[in-house]
Parts: sequence; C-alpha cells; structure tokens
Amino acid sequence: MDPVFILMVALFVFMIIGSLIAVETRDLLSSVICLGAVGFGTSVAFLLLGAPDLAITQVVVEILVLVVLVRVVITRRDETAATGRGTLATGSVLLVMGVLVAVVFWMLASSGAGGLQVRPFGDPLMNHEGPASAMAPADQPQLAAGQAAEPQSIGGAYLKHGLLGTAVSHGTGAANYVMGIVLDSRGYDTLGEATVIFTAIIGTYAVLRRIGRQSHAGHVADR
Amino acid sequence: MQGMSLIVKNTTRLVAGFIALFGIYIVLYGHVSPGGGFAGGCILAGALVLIVLAFGEEYSRRVLPHGIAKTSDCLGALAFLLVAIAGYMAGGFFVNFLDRGEACTLFSAGTVPISNLAIGVKVGAGLFSVFLALAMFRRSGERGAGGLLSPRSAAHNGDES
Repeated sequence: MDPVFILMVALFVFMIIGSLIAVETRDLLSSVICLGAVGFGTSVAFLLLGAPDLAITQVVVEILVLVVLVRVVITRRDETAATGRGTLATGSVLLVMGVLVAVVFWMLASSGAGGLQVRPFGDPLMNHEGPASAMAPADQPQLAAGQAAEPQSIGGAYLKHGLLGTAVSHGTGAANYVMGIVLDSRGYDTLGEATVIFTAIIGTYAVLRRIGRQSHAGHVADR
Repeated sequence: MQGMSLIVKNTTRLVAGFIALFGIYIVLYGHVSPGGGFAGGCILAGALVLIVLAFGEEYSRRVLPHGIAKTSDCLGALAFLLVAIAGYMAGGFFVNFLDRGEACTLFSAGTVPISNLAIGVKVGAGLFSVFLALAMFRRSGERGAGGLLSPRSAAHNGDES
C-alpha cells in the first residue's frame, strides 16, 4: 500500500482523537493545546498532499492563534458550569444529518435518469474541457507538425502558459504557480480575502477600543 | 506588561531578528518558492508578538510604534488596491502590466511580487495590531487582579476553572 496513504490515515486518526479531547476536556489549557495538535496535523497533511504554500501558512497561523488563545483567552476566569450534553441525542441528530447529506449528494451527483449531473467528486470544473482555453495566445498560430495541441481545460492552460509570461501569452511568469494564479490570474479572489481580513481587523479595533468606550454608555464601562 | 525572565529575553534577542528575516524572505520570494504575502506577513507578526511577550508592551513601542502598525495595515491594503487599479494602464483591473522578466528570479512575474509585498505588510501589521488590541483589552479588564499574569499562573487559572 502507498506509504503516504498509511501516513495520512494515521494523521487523520491522530487529528480526530485530538479534536475529541479538545471538545471533551474540562481544562481550557489542555483544550487549546489539543487544538494546536490538530492544527499541526493539518499542516503535515497539507505537506504530504503536496501543498507547501498551505502548509507554511497553516503552521504560522496555528502558532499565532495558539499564542493569542493562551495569552489572552485562557487567563480569564471561566465562570461557566459544565452541563450534560445529551450525547445520544446529539449523536443521533448528527448521524441523521450526515446520512441525509450523503443521500442528497449521491442523488445530485448521479448522472443517471433523474440525476442533476453535478460534477462527480474529485473532478472539478477546472478539468472541464471547454471549447477554447482562456489563456491561449491572442494570435493563435496554426499547429505545426509535432507541436502539442492547446490544452482544452482551464487547469491545463494554467500549467502550459503559466511560466511563459510573454506579451502574447497571458501567463504570469511566476515560478510558483500557486502565487501566479492567486495574485494574477485570479486576483479578484485575493482582493476579496484581503478585504475580509481588513474588515475583521477594523472590527476588532471597533469592539476593543478604549477611546470613546467610556465616554458614552456608562453601563458598558461598568461591566 | 513587564516581560518574562532573563532566559526568555536573551533567547528572544538572538532569535527575533532571524524570524523577521525569514518572514521577509518568504514575502519577497513568494512568487519563486512556496510562501507568499500572507504566510510571510504572519511570520513577521509572530516575531513582533514574540518581542511583546518577552520584553513587554512598553519595549515593543520602541521597535514598532503602535500607530505605525495601524497605519501600515491600512497602507498595505491601499497599495494592493492600487496595484490592481494600475492594471488599467494595460487595459483592465488586475492586468499584469509590468515586464514579466526571466522566470525563477527575484525580479520576475510583473506585479505579483509587488502584490505580495503589499499583502505581507498588511497582514503582518494587522495581526500584530489585533494581538495588541486583545492584550490591552485584557489588561484593562483585569486591572484589579494585579495586571498581566505569567503563563505559569495562566495554567493555574485554567486548572481552577
């Protein structure tokens, strides 16, 4: 069997156990540490699956989040009392919902009679062979003998033209294809993400600011 | 926030510069090797958070004044938007208008490294500001309890709850 597959299964078991402990333990510090273990497991999983960009980001964000959680959240005294969770009821509801989602997905994905012909799992739209590739050179030359044909899918076009970066081709010229796609071919995505982060930071300031918090609404300051 | 023990301070003195250097490398070479603006910015923020934890909040004001952190957060976001708008010089939003250069070198890929730089500054300063805001909020909330607690007593508190 593929050793990477065995490693992945071991990692997933480790992560599931870690998240179960993080949910079930009473101690907040243990919970946060188990959360960190799950995060690092995710990072190693990204690395094994061949996504080093995501692995680096995951490690760094995990460390920052752990520091913030340990330093900021945990030291506040936890006044909440533990109550019964009703494990059987929650588990059965989750099981029913899972079965429902699986059945709906199977019905949608099946391309038989009555199926809606959603693309099957693991075969995304980027592999779809369209009529023409969006990134092909503007003046499409006729194919010479022995020249490879234009790729007919978006993913193939990214791979073929990504490194070219001439004025004719629409490639990015970035050796790191992921960054070329994220910051050039699909820059709108990244602009949206940056806007989300910016809004989150501004919102944090607005909630946590000291200036102006006590001047109006005294009941807020007393709390 | 008065910082931690002498061992932590000395180790931080040794390490913090290299962490920041690694973050800058990740940002600058994001279009050549794995990494990019977001990851590098997070590493930069991690170096600053390390300084805050080890030396205290007052010392960190000398390294990076908090007003500058907020300003560079906004300036990074604006710079990224400007790079996108500058694409109109070549015909449209987010068009790569610079020369692509030779692949696999530092000065290649047109606007991609500039966007990486803007995002790196934005994310690094922004996450550092968020950490500062949370830490200051906690201090103002627990002023009666003797200011900031060390991680040791933090673990103790966790046990009590």
